Amino acid sequence: MSSWIDIAALDDVPQRGARLVKTVHGCVAIFRTGADEVYALDNACPHKNGPLAEGIVHGASVTCPLHNWVISLETGQVQGADEGKVNTYPARVENGRISLDAEFLRERVVA
Amino acid sequence: MTQKFIVIGAGMATGRALEHLFDAGADVEVTLFNAEPRGNYNRIMLSPVLSGDKSYGEIVTHDDAWYATHNVTCRFGERIASIDRAAKTVTSQSGDVLPYDKLIFGTGSNPFIIPLPGHDLDGVIAYRDLEDTEKMMTLGAEHTVVVIGGGLLGLEAAAGMAARGVDVTVVHIMGHLMERQLDETAGYLLRKALTEKGITVKCTANSKEMLGENGHVKALLLDDGTELPCDLLVMAVGIRPNVALAAEAGLAVGRGIHVDDHMVTSDADILAVGECVEHDGAIFGLVAPLYDQAKVAAQTLMGVEATFVQKELSTKLKVTGCDLFSAGDFADGDSREDIVFRDPARGVYRRLVLENNIIIGAVMYGDTADSNWFFGLIRDKTNIADMRETLIFGPAYQGGGALDPLLAVAALPRDAEICGCNGICKGQIEDAIAAGAADLGAVRRVTKASGSCGTCTGLVEQVLAVTLGDDFVIPAAASVCGCTGMTHEDVRRMIKSQKLTTMPAVWQACGWKTSCGCHICRPALNFYLLADWPLEYKDDPQSRFINERKHANIQKDGTFSVVPRMWGGITTPDELRAIADAADKYMVPTVKVTGGQRIDLLGVKGEDLPAIWKDLNDAGMVSGHAYSKGLRTVKTCVGTDHCRFGTQDSTGLGIKLEKTLWGSWTPHKLKLGVSGCPRNCAEATCKDIGIICVDSGFQISIGGAAGMDVRETELMLQVPTEDEAIAAIKAVTQLYRENAKYLDRIYKWMAKVGLDWITEQIEDLDNRTALVDRFEVSQSIYRRDPWADHVTTKAATYAHLVDLTLEAAE
Repeated sequence: MSSWIDIAALDDVPQRGARLVKTVHGCVAIFRTGADEVYALDNACPHKNGPLAEGIVHGASVTCPLHNWVISLETGQVQGADEGKVNTYPARVENGRISLDAEFLRERVVA
Repeated sequence: MTQKFIVIGAGMATGRALEHLFDAGADVEVTLFNAEPRGNYNRIMLSPVLSGDKSYGEIVTHDDAWYATHNVTCRFGERIASIDRAAKTVTSQSGDVLPYDKLIFGTGSNPFIIPLPGHDLDGVIAYRDLEDTEKMMTLGAEHTVVVIGGGLLGLEAAAGMAARGVDVTVVHIMGHLMERQLDETAGYLLRKALTEKGITVKCTANSKEMLGENGHVKALLLDDGTELPCDLLVMAVGIRPNVALAAEAGLAVGRGIHVDDHMVTSDADILAVGECVEHDGAIFGLVAPLYDQAKVAAQTLMGVEATFVQKELSTKLKVTGCDLFSAGDFADGDSREDIVFRDPARGVYRRLVLENNIIIGAVMYGDTADSNWFFGLIRDKTNIADMRETLIFGPAYQGGGALDPLLAVAALPRDAEICGCNGICKGQIEDAIAAGAADLGAVRRVTKASGSCGTCTGLVEQVLAVTLGDDFVIPAAASVCGCTGMTHEDVRRMIKSQKLTTMPAVWQACGWKTSCGCHICRPALNFYLLADWPLEYKDDPQSRFINERKHANIQKDGTFSVVPRMWGGITTPDELRAIADAADKYMVPTVKVTGGQRIDLLGVKGEDLPAIWKDLNDAGMVSGHAYSKGLRTVKTCVGTDHCRFGTQDSTGLGIKLEKTLWGSWTPHKLKLGVSGCPRNCAEATCKDIGIICVDSGFQISIGGAAGMDVRETELMLQVPTEDEAIAAIKAVTQLYRENAKYLDRIYKWMAKVGLDWITEQIEDLDNRTALVDRFEVSQSIYRRDPWADHVTTKAATYAHLVDLTLEAAE
């Protein structure tokens, strides 16, 4: 059973932008798209650990600021000719608040 | 029974009408009145008479013998005083009363004289008849003339007098010459050609007053205070149908004398033809419709059913050396498309405007050989869908069977010039390909073809395709990104012409295939919008690369570098202490002196940025924009302050430049250098804009680079004063902002548009001022410190959203 942790208001994350959540094993990036969908991914590009939260968000993708790898926010899959995958975590928006799944964050700690 | 015809006015239309009548064997007795003391001559050939290419005798269309043969009674130099329509008589100036069966008006038009103060001075003339022409022909090299009006007539007058050595200035109220017939590009090419003939052209110039001395004109005063001295002032601003006599006679008149499709006026026995006529709301100034009217009028008089139909008109300028053609409508429009062909080296410009696969307008400059063919397509509303690919090349390349642009290239002889800039012929490119050059880059390296202005790139690729066959695939025109098929140039044009002031408006208008663009197009659009609409568009941080969004340079480990501005490379002990303190406080691992004469603090954590900026702000420092596609630094040497060789205060100029330019966004980074003497210690000649101070002033050169490409700047302009240097640099910066493709440094932009074009824009003082004004409008928004702004309004966004480390540890 999942337990949701309240993180922040939706408006704390800019549209087509991201903010970071600090965990013991590194940062999780919370993305908000132009259509107000919210996604949570590890803040590290599989290429050279680029900080994805600083990338340009377009559609449901983000472009890494270091070398322009494009990553799907929905699946974490690297798009185009490059290969790799970023860990994704369940995130949801209810009543204008963003929450993350505590179970998954804990699994991440274990992993 | 022989009919009595009275014709008022011996012009081109009435002359032609009489010819038709006599050709048809009309049994008529014609009396021809003319206010001018002569008979019919070809008025449109007055320009060649003026320039000396023809004599008056050569342009007479009907001589005394012709009038005698056809029993025409000539009363030249005599006006009609009144008309009695009930009695069907006219009364001449001398009091003779003559009866008529049919009366034909050909009273033509009067030149429009702007009622400015001084318009009645001696020496202020129009350009309408032989008398005007003869006045101009008496002038020579010792004379100065001002022509008001940059239309067809004004320019022909100007060119004719210039050919006689007269010092001529054309004053035109609109932004470019012949604006009714030409688009801006063709207007620009024309202006350039006229300037080369020694004619001074002033556009966007408003005449205010004609100044006189002893009743004779001596100068034209513009409303900006400029005084243009002249011995003769020619006003060629337009014509108005001469309707006075017709109106007095009670005929229906509007702008012209109203006629129906048979050229009959509101009185069934009175016809009218020519420039005095208004037909279906239109009036006429070109010769082709006048001839059509003459034919219809003659047929009507002969009792033959005939109808005058207005047709598309075309214009050619009769100035030696200016090949110019214009027809139809060429304004931009939603449903309209352009096909444009340019060869800057040969000065050739062709533009076709299409609507639903029909050519509705054409402008041609430099090579008008095919103008008749294009005009035919416009007139006949031919559907050109099948020949669209090769249309612009003209009729020579429209064969039967499948039309293929490659066939046109394949058909070119070996000595056909492909690259005008470098004088490279098709044969040389073929030889290079035969020797192993298999792509554009290789051909360019070996032959230099397409390596200068680049406009012939497509042609070179076609030669490759023709020569190599299937081994070569022509790359598609590069679009901005996968979101659109449009090029940067297309998008910029759309943003300006359609007044697109938001990003969604651009996506919609330009048919973006994605919902909100991508990391490639959004930064470009953000720049174009803020550069073109500084007041309307609001900068979008989420469409900026992280460095510009966070006003710091991201490093490979996700930390940032912080570079405070040091104006002109000058700092103080206090500033240095504050930088040192900040480096200690935020545990900055690396402190480095940059090539732009300032100090870089590398390895600052993202969340510390607002705090370190605050500390630097408190010490009086602002962002150095070391991260921006915008003004970076102005590097200086010490100049006259300390150096024994310095010729000017190069440091002072550098500081002034940095203080006026900082904060501005540009297509790519913009680095300046100011050296106090030609020893060039500030390395100004490898900057985007470099200034070398010399004893006589400031040499401003542009287009340097010291990165992936290393280039030396090229001289744009030398100016005597510091103020002029600053204005010229602001102007060229604005020109670059308005015209260049995003991520083109100045040298790349310069390679596309040419240094000559840039220099001309900046040399033109009106244009320079306008550019500076637009730059200042933009700077009213952007000349401010983004660090201070972020410290006060956005500091919280730099922190983590939430810290879960404690929770996870539990």
